[in-house]
Amino acid sequence: MAKHQSKPSSLLLFIVTTVICLMFCASAFYFVLPNRESWMMSLPQASSYAGDIDGLFGLITYLVGFWFVVSEIVLFYFIFRFRKKSPHDKAEYITGEEPHQKKWISIPHILVIICDVVLIVATIIVWYKVKQDLPVADANIRVTGQQWAWTFEHPDLDGTLNKKNEGLILIDELHLKVGSVYHFKLESKDTLHSFSIPAFRIKQDSVPGRTITGWFKPTKVGAYDIQCAEMCGVGHGVMKGRLYVHTEEEYYEWLKDRVQVQANSKEVRESFHDLVTAETSNPIK
Amino acid sequence: MAFEVPIANKRSATGIPTGRLGMWWVVASEVVIFGGLIVCYLLYRLSNPTWGGEAAFTIVPAGAINTFVLLTSSFFVVMAHKAAQNNQLKRAFEFFWYTIICAGLFLLVKSYEYTTEITEMHHHVSKDGHQIGSYPMFWYFYFTATGLHALHVIGGAVAIGIVSFDLRKGKNIQRVEYVGIYWHFVDVVWIFLFPLFYIAK
Amino acid sequence: MEQTKQETESTEVHGGSFWSKYVFSTDHSVIALQYTLAGIFMALIGGYMAYVFRMQLAYPGEHVPGFGIVGPGEYNNMVTNHGTIMIFWVAMPVLIAGFGNFCIPLMLGVDDMVFPRLNRLSFQVFAVSCVVIIASQFVPGGGFGGAWTAYPPLSADEGYSLTKWGQIFWLLGVALEFVAFLMGGINFITTTMNARAKGMKLYDIPIVVWFIVIASIIFMLSVGPLIAGAVMLLFDQFGLTGFYDPTLGGDPLLWQHLFWFFGHPEVYVVLLPAIGVCAEILPVFARKKLFAYKIVLWTAIVTGALSFIVWAHHQFVAGIDPRMAHIFTVTTLLISIPIAEMIFVYIATLYGGSISFKTPMLWALAFIAEFLIGGCTGIYLGSTGTDIYFHDTYFVVAHFHFTFVPIAIIAVFAGITYWFPKVTGKMLNEALGKIHFWGTVIPFTFIFLLQFPLGMAGQHRRISDFTVFPELAGFQDVRIGITHLLLVMIAFQLVFFWNVITTLLYGKRADQNPWRANTLEWQAPNVPPHGNFPDGLPEVFRGPYEYSVPGREDDYWPQNEPE
Repeated sequence: MAKHQSKPSSLLLFIVTTVICLMFCASAFYFVLPNRESWMMSLPQASSYAGDIDGLFGLITYLVGFWFVVSEIVLFYFIFRFRKKSPHDKAEYITGEEPHQKKWISIPHILVIICDVVLIVATIIVWYKVKQDLPVADANIRVTGQQWAWTFEHPDLDGTLNKKNEGLILIDELHLKVGSVYHFKLESKDTLHSFSIPAFRIKQDSVPGRTITGWFKPTKVGAYDIQCAEMCGVGHGVMKGRLYVHTEEEYYEWLKDRVQVQANSKEVRESFHDLVTAETSNPIK
Repeated sequence: MAFEVPIANKRSATGIPTGRLGMWWVVASEVVIFGGLIVCYLLYRLSNPTWGGEAAFTIVPAGAINTFVLLTSSFFVVMAHKAAQNNQLKRAFEFFWYTIICAGLFLLVKSYEYTTEITEMHHHVSKDGHQIGSYPMFWYFYFTATGLHALHVIGGAVAIGIVSFDLRKGKNIQRVEYVGIYWHFVDVVWIFLFPLFYIAK
Repeated sequence: MEQTKQETESTEVHGGSFWSKYVFSTDHSVIALQYTLAGIFMALIGGYMAYVFRMQLAYPGEHVPGFGIVGPGEYNNMVTNHGTIMIFWVAMPVLIAGFGNFCIPLMLGVDDMVFPRLNRLSFQVFAVSCVVIIASQFVPGGGFGGAWTAYPPLSADEGYSLTKWGQIFWLLGVALEFVAFLMGGINFITTTMNARAKGMKLYDIPIVVWFIVIASIIFMLSVGPLIAGAVMLLFDQFGLTGFYDPTLGGDPLLWQHLFWFFGHPEVYVVLLPAIGVCAEILPVFARKKLFAYKIVLWTAIVTGALSFIVWAHHQFVAGIDPRMAHIFTVTTLLISIPIAEMIFVYIATLYGGSISFKTPMLWALAFIAEFLIGGCTGIYLGSTGTDIYFHDTYFVVAHFHFTFVPIAIIAVFAGITYWFPKVTGKMLNEALGKIHFWGTVIPFTFIFLLQFPLGMAGQHRRISDFTVFPELAGFQDVRIGITHLLLVMIAFQLVFFWNVITTLLYGKRADQNPWRANTLEWQAPNVPPHGNFPDGLPEVFRGPYEYSVPGREDDYWPQNEPE
């Protein structure tokens, strides 16, 4: 085995394949990342970061899909090409220990690492955006999970949740304004639950004894499912909620109706005094 | 139909006798069990400085006596091993039974501790009038860790007892060393538990 | 064959009753068979549970033949115990204790495991664990339904779970299984380290033996903290403590960390023996040396080591500090690399081969093709950004079935069809074997391929009726299709049992080495007698994969054949 010839040419091979790999990863930004609707079957992208999560899904599919397809093709090709064709068909003797044999493993190995690094960077960016970098809140809501219902405390007119039980408390029903940034304070009364809105792509487990904060910004008007995403007992499957995202006008219309329905409650009437007595439906001048 | 030891048991590609190798793997898996429990305790304790104060209610003299008793028992095990190596089988047998007596003493002291502590917690007050059990997490770990350890003391004592009878007949002398390794491990666990539950206040 | 006079003394056991030879035996082959039959029996139970919950999903609220009406509590019970049984009572006993106990002494050229009585005790403890987990179905309150992950407070507090005794029995069953495998592991590791044939160096050990040993080491190191955690959960269940109860100062997340610190290495504990079985079969039926034995070994060790630092990828949205998630996504995405390398090496083994498609080879090839799907889809879950969405959806279910079914079903059938002639002395029928193969693999593939889009549509786990969710009701036809495919797959298993029974009764006798393989078990007589090698324990002169060596007339070269 002439070793002298392998050193410079294997370095060249390594550089060439690395560059091709990086170009391939970069091509994802052209082919895949421009926002794709309906990655997740017919589920809309109804929050500001849903597109980011779907885009990450697309990037992973593009890069990992390439390796998957190549591996399966090579596997089936080898199965077909090296099938025993006659009784005298003999196999080769290949140890896999020689450098010229090993490079067929080590080069794909390095290219897979490069793709992994690209994915790591992309996923860190998306996770940071959704879970760590909370934008300033326009409004706060409190979400409480229990066996087996969701309790949603809607904010006061100024967007705050000043005291518990002030504002509107609904069971299994959440109303939001499109375009507002919401911070949710997530709690649990008993076991673990998990607050998930597939159309927003958000999910967060609720842990008894803790208050966990997350955020979302609805971007599409409509009605969406809320599911509990952590086993919580016999009623886990019926712990569903429904989310309604309204335009600003529709939101205040709904709120006004709701407040008048709850007119028995002195606290609610006081909190929403401005809304109920306002001439127009939007009390915010 | 008697059991015959297979040839596999006599081989030693590593040079280490199989019994000793096996016992080290037993100890390794036990280390991870107790290690896991102790790490959990440490994590809780470090993030909850308030209930470290509960440790003040453990009975330090009792713990100290038990430490001394266990160390002595390990000494007896070493003497038993030495005696067995010199083919002084009766002497080795005696030393093993001193070890078992030490184990019995350990368990006696432990019973005293447990009954005292549980009674005090039941009445929410210790002998000198302090409030005990206000942070129960400490006690959960205390009883679980020391209880699990006590179970291993009992198991080890039983094993030593069985080996001692074989030993007296001159059978399976190599097991003196193996059961000794196990006993030293049980001792070492206590060396960790004592400072963590009795001393660190 | 050089041996000391002492070594040639026969360990043949003469006489002995039925009970001592077949029930209370210390012989590794008997114990292997006991574990394997127990595993297959438990697989029938686990499969039945899958049938029940899939019928409920396809036809919510309707009477399921052979079960009755599936209420929500029963649904949770079926789902929980299906998972628990398949992992702990099927995959582990068959792959590790079944194949391990049978193959390791034979492949190492020795007469038994180093601690036969400990071996027997491990099976007895395992048998008790089977009884306990089955009993958990019949206790007051019903079987435990808190998912195989058993997160507290649900699993600790009967007020939340409503299954006071079910959860206690479940936990005790799992704990006993752990003890059984700790005992078994000591045998596998010590036997391989010490009892090898003369001349068998470390790199002459067959890969499946290495992998079972590495799996046992991983198991022993990872299960310790969970055993501690299980003791803590048991005390919580009895109301004595509040380790996981926030109202008493405890933390539910502690259990999750302890569970997954074990749970993630556990998947490699079952993967390695399975992929090891494939490493034995591929060279034999391609007549080719395993490509880069040392790389194969190295990737397994690296994977095992890395498996200890990825666990929190199961807890990204569980309430852990979001900064921790970054660490675990990096380690998780990196662990895909040694596994990918191992798959590349297996594929490379086929290059230049002369492949014959006997049933064991079909299963081994299917393992690679299907496991690739499982491995690649894991990336979506290891990546924090996408896991926010996919956690606890059917995407996860599809992913892990594309890893677990190759492990627990495909590799198991690969091993059973491969070693059947050695264990029983008869050759299984090839045509029936192939029918069973296609009738299993094709439905399986579609059952779980269809679950990826369901997960993408937002369908979450452990829910018994999706027709109540407006966003998901439209996919009911897909769910019905999946259930029908499962029924087809179950039906084809009858072909396997038919094949086994008719072969045992009327099948033709097998040659001693029907596959013309190199490893030492093929040098022992079929249905190996007690002591394995009646002509004396072998000595080894080369590695296990010397196939198609140039210049030799035979295309195989048994390890114990002198130059």
